[in-house]
Amino acid sequence: MSGSLSTPRIRIPRSARAGEVIEIRTLMEHPMQTGLHQQDGRMPPRDMLARLMVRMNGETVLSAEFRNGTSANPYHVFFVRIDRTSQFEFSWTDERGRTARAEARVTVA
Amino acid sequence: MTTRRAFLALLALPASAVAGEDAVAAAIREAVGDAPIADGGITLRVPAVAENGGQVPLMVLVESPMTAADHVSAIHVFATRNPTPGVATFRLTPLLARAEVQTRIRLAEDQRIIVLAQSNDGRVRRATAELRVTTGGCLS
Repeated sequence: MSGSLSTPRIRIPRSARAGEVIEIRTLMEHPMQTGLHQQDGRMPPRDMLARLMVRMNGETVLSAEFRNGTSANPYHVFFVRIDRTSQFEFSWTDERGRTARAEARVTVA
Repeated sequence: MTTRRAFLALLALPASAVAGEDAVAAAIREAVGDAPIADGGITLRVPAVAENGGQVPLMVLVESPMTAADHVSAIHVFATRNPTPGVATFRLTPLLARAEVQTRIRLAEDQRIIVLAQSNDGRVRRATAELRVTTGGCLS
């Protein structure tokens, strides 16, 4: 399968109090085909996301390496403490090196 | 809706369609080496019965202060009765408020999930959970 990856969906508050713990949810539409099973009589080729990387103000917060047991449309939830207005960057890379990115800003008043 | 039996019949795989204990042990060794593994210190939440093996919610929370000096650096998830045992590895940093990750995994049949949590000092903790799967997640 060629073409670009879809647009990630991120759920993150736009603002927070200093010291607040915020919940971040990410959903990346992707078939996550392992190439190990038949579908409608065909064997779809392997097509898997390899990695998710989350950075806050340029520093790595969390990364994930996906293997066959991660569901299609990978969904992740995690929690970060916000001390100041912060810029988040999310990036997914598939096994062929294609990437999808998203950014978000959490403002501390 | 594919029944589990029909799903198994669809699998065009050799006899080694289930990873087996050797593959699970090898995957664990690859993840944490020969470090001793102790049970406890992890909350692992999965449904007792998964209606849809393709999308099984999983929550892992490891007891940890998540400071620079003392934090969980990796969480590894394995499925013992999938064609391959690997589910995901999460690399954590002290920027996380707590050592918690929620995701969705896929399971081919009834089985045990194994979660290992590695701390920055090299300590490895383990939690396991048994699940029943009504309809196998045909993807792994």
